[in-house]
Amino acid sequence: MIETRQLTKRYGDFTAVDAISFKVEPGQVLGFLGPNGAGKSTTMKMVAGFLAPTSGGATVAGFDVEQQPLEAKRVLGYLPEGAPSYGEMTVREFIDFIADVRGLTGERRFQRIDDAIGRLHLERVLEQPIDTLSKGFRRRVGLAGSILHDPKVLILDEPTDGLDPNQKQEVRTLINSMARDKTIIISTHLLEEVHAVCTRAIIIAGGRVLADATPSELEARSRYHQAVSLTAGNLQEAKDALAKVADIAAIEVDPQDNRITAFPKPGRSIFVAISDALKAQNVAVRELALEAGRLDEVFRTITQGATGKEART
Amino acid sequence: MSGTTTIFRRELRSYFSTPVAYVFIVIFLLLSGAFTFYLGNFYERGQADLQAFFTFHPWLYLFLVPAVSMRLWAEERKSGTIELLLTLPITMWQAVFGKFLAAWAFIAIALALTFPIWLTVNYLGSPDNGVVFASYLGSLLMAGAFLAIGSCLSASTRNQVVAFILTVVICFLLLLAGYPLVLDAIRAVAGQGLADAISGLSFLTHFASISKGVIDLRDLIYFVLMIGVWLYATAVVIDMKKAA
Repeated sequence: MIETRQLTKRYGDFTAVDAISFKVEPGQVLGFLGPNGAGKSTTMKMVAGFLAPTSGGATVAGFDVEQQPLEAKRVLGYLPEGAPSYGEMTVREFIDFIADVRGLTGERRFQRIDDAIGRLHLERVLEQPIDTLSKGFRRRVGLAGSILHDPKVLILDEPTDGLDPNQKQEVRTLINSMARDKTIIISTHLLEEVHAVCTRAIIIAGGRVLADATPSELEARSRYHQAVSLTAGNLQEAKDALAKVADIAAIEVDPQDNRITAFPKPGRSIFVAISDALKAQNVAVRELALEAGRLDEVFRTITQGATGKEART
Repeated sequence: MSGTTTIFRRELRSYFSTPVAYVFIVIFLLLSGAFTFYLGNFYERGQADLQAFFTFHPWLYLFLVPAVSMRLWAEERKSGTIELLLTLPITMWQAVFGKFLAAWAFIAIALALTFPIWLTVNYLGSPDNGVVFASYLGSLLMAGAFLAIGSCLSASTRNQVVAFILTVVICFLLLLAGYPLVLDAIRAVAGQGLADAISGLSFLTHFASISKGVIDLRDLIYFVLMIGVWLYATAVVIDMKKAA
């Protein structure tokens, strides 16, 4: 479990993290979203015990990161931003070093090392110096180090940054496979990642929490939530048909591909009505889809609203 | 295995996994040889001792030890591994001490590789090997003090060049404080008392007295305190950066 209470970090006059409080339970994967410089990494660094908070505090599995740093660090696996590791070491040396520091011995040591190497597919590069590896491999080495001691709590700062789509998918599968009994926080720029791995998302901007909800709750805030989009053979015919549906609040046409999006009046459902209307008018439709909502649009609305507010004060 | 030992082993191994270690050792051996034979007039003195060899160690260390210590923390900060290191379950003190010990052991290895000169002088005559041993001990302690200063200054910046220059300057001042020319000037201006106080702070004074073969507890305490204080300062600097 991870809990922060009014966690705050100030650099002089600048407040990087402004009284952030949240709680993550085992089995949850919390996604940290936010523009660059929003305070995601600073928050994670404070929870991991690398930075000391200006005020407030954090606990990891019940251990206060300031008062009981060693106990907290023992149960925590942390991947810092950019996945730093000692470049002159080979992958095997690095993993052995982490195993030594983590106090892994005997049978369990072999088991854990094999597990981490296997999960991140590092078998081929074990004897290579980390400096000579590609960016994707270096990140996987860092990840292997952070999960080596099978930690109850995992904090991963941009774990998929710099990976190719296949590797991203593998890391997401890895996170999902560990999610059941662990408490996990990841930060990311990628909204699709929130869907793929997170059970909950926190949007941060300007050091403050602006939204804390499940990915689908966030989508429900989108203008596109419950909207219907379609592509018709004849644009005008389709528009005429839609004009007869009472619950439509607005219609937009994408000038690029003539895709029509119809927005419902608040609380109304328009999918069935539209599909009936189109059938009744015999409009040929190539595609008809109900939109779940667009996270990127929600993200933009929330974070830009916040920075606008700041500009005024 | 305790945290200090783990860090120590990793660090020491990392010295030898790059060419830097070998370059350093070769330069150290070449320079110490050159100083001994050309500047120290090893043969011309006609005495079976290593005075000519040890006299130049403070000046040799002045440039070579900061070259080792500059990377101790500055490199970790620059490459971001400091974040990895300080979020592992070890105390700050274990990290500071483990890294320091590894650097010290590395210099001890370089120093030990000067043994041919000891063999030479034993072949040529019969030196007082007690004095030679004391001098080696004094030299190693002095290197440790240089390193501890370098460790602290390396922790205060992410730029290795800045760390190097700051360390050289501070060590130079601490050497100068024991140099007869400087002490004479101070004595003339401020009197014997202040001159003694300043010379008591200097590496040179304590190193000179150990290398005469007299292992005085006060000299040992001086170097041990010097190392302890600067390592403590290293931990304080890192802690301050953490809270900054």
